[in-house]
Amino acid sequence: MHSPTLSIWFFIGVMLVAYGALISGYGVFELVTGKTANVALGYLHAPVWWGILLLTAGLFYCIAYRPGKIDR
Amino acid sequence: MVSYALPGALGLLLAELPVRQLAHLSPLDVAVIAIYFAIVIYIGFYLKRSANTSEEFFLAGREMTAWIAGLAFVSANLGALELMGWAAAAYQYGILATHWYWIGAIPAMLFLGLVMMPFYYVSRTHSVPGYLKLRFGESSRLLAAVSFALMTVLMSGVNMFSMALVMKVVLGWDIHFSIWVSSITVALYVALGGLRSAIFNEVLQFVLIWAGALLVPILGLIEVGGWRKLQAHILLNVQGQNYTHMWSSLGSFSSNPMGVHWTGIVFGLGFVVAFGYWTTDFLVVQRALSAHNLRAARLAPIIGAGFKMLLPFIVILPGLLGLVVLPMHLVPEDVARLHGGHTYNEVLPLMLVRYCGPGLLGLGITALIAGFMSGMAGNVSAFSAVWTYDIYQPLIRKSAPDRHYVLIGRWATILGVMVSIGTAYLVMNAHSIMDYVQALFSFFIAPLFGTILIGMLWKRATAAGGFWGLLVGTATSIGLFLWVYIHPSALAKVAFSIHAQSMAENLYRALWSWTACVIVTVIVSLCTKPKPISELAGLVYGATQLPEEPPVAFYKHEYFWAAIIIVVFFVLNLIFW
Repeated sequence: MHSPTLSIWFFIGVMLVAYGALISGYGVFELVTGKTANVALGYLHAPVWWGILLLTAGLFYCIAYRPGKIDR
Repeated sequence: MVSYALPGALGLLLAELPVRQLAHLSPLDVAVIAIYFAIVIYIGFYLKRSANTSEEFFLAGREMTAWIAGLAFVSANLGALELMGWAAAAYQYGILATHWYWIGAIPAMLFLGLVMMPFYYVSRTHSVPGYLKLRFGESSRLLAAVSFALMTVLMSGVNMFSMALVMKVVLGWDIHFSIWVSSITVALYVALGGLRSAIFNEVLQFVLIWAGALLVPILGLIEVGGWRKLQAHILLNVQGQNYTHMWSSLGSFSSNPMGVHWTGIVFGLGFVVAFGYWTTDFLVVQRALSAHNLRAARLAPIIGAGFKMLLPFIVILPGLLGLVVLPMHLVPEDVARLHGGHTYNEVLPLMLVRYCGPGLLGLGITALIAGFMSGMAGNVSAFSAVWTYDIYQPLIRKSAPDRHYVLIGRWATILGVMVSIGTAYLVMNAHSIMDYVQALFSFFIAPLFGTILIGMLWKRATAAGGFWGLLVGTATSIGLFLWVYIHPSALAKVAFSIHAQSMAENLYRALWSWTACVIVTVIVSLCTKPKPISELAGLVYGATQLPEEPPVAFYKHEYFWAAIIIVVFFVLNLIFW
C-alpha cells in the first residue's frame, strides 16, 4: 500500500494562502488607491480582511500539516 | 444532495430564458479559478500511486480519518445546484426550505452513524448493493445496482447540463466549454486517484465553498442590521406570508407558501426521504466506508451532520436576504420568459455580484464550480464501484486478478463521465427529460431504505421478501407518479389535500412506496423460509457481534458528539419555530 505523504490539509493550506495573498493584495491596492469596486458595502473593504483571514488560515494549515507530518 | 429533493428543474427553466449575463470576470477572478483547477488536477496525479489495489481505488485504502471521511460525506452531497436551488427556494418559500437541511438530514445521518454503519462496515462490503447481496441474495443486489448505476450517471449528466447553463447565465460562458472542461477535470482526477482523490478534492471543495460563499450572508446581515431587522423587513416586503418561521405555519396545507403539512415534513421528509437518501445512497455511504476503523466510520456521518446543520447559513440566509436587499423583485421562470426580469434561481449569483468585487467574485464562482465538481466526482466514483463489483464482477467476469478490477474501475470512471456528458447533451435537446430523470432517482430511494432497514433489524426477513418488497415499493412509487401525471386530481388522494404542491407530492409518494415495500417484505418473509442465524452474522442486529473498539476519552466518543448535535438540532428548531 502506498500511502500519500502530503496531507489534504496541506493542499488546503496552499490553496488558502494563494487566495488570501491575491485577494488581500487586491484589497490593499483598493485601499491605497481609493479605487474601490462598485459593490454594496464597498467601504468595508471586505477583500482586505477576508483575504487576510484566508491567508492566516492557509498559513496555519501549511505549517501544521507541512510535508513530513502525516494526517491523511 | 443528489437532488433527492431539488426544488424545481433549475436548468430546464434557465435554459428557456433569454441570456442576460449577470457578471464579468476580471483577470484576478480568472486567476482564482485557474488556481483551483491546477490544484485539483495536481491532486489526481499526486494520488495516482496510492490507488493500485481495489481497496485503495474503491475505498481509499480504508485509511481516512473521521474528519476527512465526514467532510467528504457532506461535500459529495453538496452540489452547486443545491446551493443555487435552495437559495432560490428560500427566496420563494422562506425559511421552510431549511427543513431539507435539518429534519431532512440530521436525524438520518445520526441514525446511519450509530445504528447502520456497523453493519455496512463489519460486513466489509464494497457497496450498498453489495450488502444486499450478502443479506438478501443476488437478485436484490442486481436490482439495486442496476437502478443505482443508471440513475447516478443520468443525474450526473442532468446536473452537468444545469451547471453549464448557470455558467452561461452568470458569466456568459459557452455551454460546451463548461461541460467538457469540468467533465474532463473530474474524469482525470477520479480515474487517476480513485476514491482517495475524490475524497481529497471533496474536502478541499468543502473548504472552498465556505471561503467563497460565507461572505455573502455576513455582509448581508451587516447591511440589513441583523436577524431581527431582517425578519421585520421581510414581514413588510411579503405581507400575509410567513417566511421566517419553520413550524408554526405547518398546521395546514394552505397556511404556508410550500403547500405542505407538518406530517409530510416529519414522516415523509424527516423519516422516509431523509433516511432513504442518507442511509442507503452509496454516493454518501461510500465516504464513511473509507474510514480507517469502525469508530471513525461511525463518527463520519455524525461530523457530517454537524456541518450539514450549518449550511443554511450560506444557502438559505442569502435567499432570505435577497428578499430585502435586492433592488429588483425576482419572479418565477414562466413570468420572466414572458415579461423579462430575474428569476428566483438567480438569487445567489445576484447576491454574489452585489457584494463581491474582483477576486472575491472569482472565489464565489469557484465555490459554485467546486460544488458541482464535488457532486459529480461523488457520482462517478460511486458508479465506478457499483459497476465493477455489483454488475461487472457477478455478470461478466467472476474471478480475475485484483489489478483487473482496478483497471475496470478506472475505465468505469471514464465511462460514467462519458454517459453523463451524453445525458447532458440529450437534456440539451429534449429538456423535458430532466424532470423525469429527477423523478426517477426518487423512485428507488424510499423502498431501498425499507428493504435495508428490515434486513438489518429483522432476522426473519428472507431473500424473497427483500426482493419482492424492493420491487413492489419501486413499482408503487412509479405507479403513483404516473397516476398523478395522467390525472392531476389524484394528487388530492396521494398527498391527502388538493392544496398540496409538487414538493408535498414527492414526500407522500415516498411514504407510500416505503410502506408498500415494508408490508410486502414482511408478508413474503413470513411465507418463506428464513436463513439460519449463523449465516446472518455481521449483517443483522442481534446476530452480529460488533468488534470491541478501544476505549477513548468521552469527547472522542461517537455518542457524545451525536448527543451534542441532536441537542443543537432541537434548540435551532425551537429558536426558528
